[in-house]
Amino acid sequence: MSWFALDTWIVIIGALAAVACALLGNFLVLRKMSMMGDAISHAVLPGLAIAFLVTGARASVAMFIGGAVVGLLTAVFTQWISRFGKVDEGASMGIVFTSLFALGLLLIVQAADQVDLDPSCVLYGAIELTPLDVVWRPQVFGVVWEVPRAAIILAAVTLVNLAFVVGFFKELRIVSFDPELADTMGIHSNRMHYLLMALVAVTTVAAFEAVGSIIVIAMLIVPGATAHLLTDRLWLMIVLSGIFAAAAALLGHLSALTVPGWFGFADTSTSGMIAVMAGLFFLVVLFAAPKHGVLVKQRRFRSSSAS
Amino acid sequence: MMRAESRAGPFGSATTPPTEAHRLPLSIRDLTVAYHRKPVIWDIDLSIEPGKLVGIVGPNGAGKSTLLKACLDLIPRSSGEVLVYGQPYAKERKRVGYVPQRESVDWDFPVSALDVVAMGTYGKLGWFRRVDKRCKALSMHALERVGLADYADRQISQLSGGQQQRTFLARALVQDADIYFMDEPFAAVDAATERAIVDLLKELQGRGKTVLVVHHDLATVPQYFDWTVLLNMRVVASGPTEEVFTQENLRRTYGGKLTLFAQAADEVVRSG
Repeated sequence: MSWFALDTWIVIIGALAAVACALLGNFLVLRKMSMMGDAISHAVLPGLAIAFLVTGARASVAMFIGGAVVGLLTAVFTQWISRFGKVDEGASMGIVFTSLFALGLLLIVQAADQVDLDPSCVLYGAIELTPLDVVWRPQVFGVVWEVPRAAIILAAVTLVNLAFVVGFFKELRIVSFDPELADTMGIHSNRMHYLLMALVAVTTVAAFEAVGSIIVIAMLIVPGATAHLLTDRLWLMIVLSGIFAAAAALLGHLSALTVPGWFGFADTSTSGMIAVMAGLFFLVVLFAAPKHGVLVKQRRFRSSSAS
Repeated sequence: MMRAESRAGPFGSATTPPTEAHRLPLSIRDLTVAYHRKPVIWDIDLSIEPGKLVGIVGPNGAGKSTLLKACLDLIPRSSGEVLVYGQPYAKERKRVGYVPQRESVDWDFPVSALDVVAMGTYGKLGWFRRVDKRCKALSMHALERVGLADYADRQISQLSGGQQQRTFLARALVQDADIYFMDEPFAAVDAATERAIVDLLKELQGRGKTVLVVHHDLATVPQYFDWTVLLNMRVVASGPTEEVFTQENLRRTYGGKLTLFAQAADEVVRSG
């Protein structure tokens, strides 16, 4: 295996995308709203497509706005339909995001004839290509760094999400645990909900180019779910989710380069491998976690039934 | 006092000058709440005087929780008005404490008992302010008062049902409110917890707090509460427990379907 500067950037971009997603994903997991992340990551598609068709440029500000607006609409429509349509939230989510996703796909397929927007890229991302789009060449310690656009955007989004989670730590904690008490105190759980959803939408848009709209779900949910198995402290859960996310990116890219070679194949998709790594971490932790792991629980069950 | 008299004028009633009505912890006028256009509570009129320990009693589906939530602006009102210390709820929220039903939260949430109690300080802390040493000390003190000091660092799913309920009570203490709304604090708790909660409620009352408690165990009503509200969609009766808690009123509240309850209550009334 040979390692180039490109590979370093791929890992950095993958890690930033994964950490940005994981930070918010903790609260989706805790509020039992994991599917909302799924819904929003799909539903932003028409927002992106429309913004793209209007401006003709990828990764423009318009795309962020388009994605955020449609992401918020998903959250709003889901609540409306489940309230007035007499269906449960899961079903109403299914109605909203599949319709919006389909609409987005139609727009993209239509647009693909005229412009450079590849539907398969939209689904799986193209993290291997992102380092080629260099927008900034600062010289640090005599070395020229060729900083790709995706790294800058994802770093910005990661910082925003970090500021959100740190700045609103106590508000996020109380609206996630006891939204009614939060409301009686004037910490409006509904407003926090929509703020979180808007950030999920923006993060999805930012991570889109790198990892696509399907893999991004794994990044939102899996690190938080893994961390939840390991700790009973919210702040530690958030820290651990970030570590798992970054580690999945590093190991994901490494194994994308090496593992297929063991079986005589060429290297494989990095974003896919990042999600596989995140899944492996979860599996290991699920069995081996010291307190909530399956093995410990089984032993505890056996010893309690034996006594 | 002078102003109140002069305002009352020739038509005013001397017994309730306007300023006094405004000082009431809770006054509800013509309150109706409906889900999907079906009324759940209907035409509620209620005035609660300060320093009362109030039991809100009624059959399942009578709208007891709905009444609390409507007072706290948690659910929209179809009509009517709720005033807390003479103001709309949003203006006086810092004087209000709330204990929701225990089942309303996820006890697997990654927080310790101390974390949960500290949430009681969030309302007065304001945005971006962190939980500091003073808040933690307050929360620890509240945990001591409910006998859970040794459990402060436990993750909350490792507490028994009664301990979880006492954690909620400690959180309410930390809120340091003037009026408390408690939704079924006695539901499914052990005898020791029940006694601890009763002692706490009486202590709050002793400090001049007003406490409203949704309660389901008729047998203990006369023992625990000095004021009783009998609710079944409407207010059947509201007043001092010894006047309101009669077999006749209970029958009107519970209908014919719960004669066992009524009989049990009757015995309690007679023996008490």
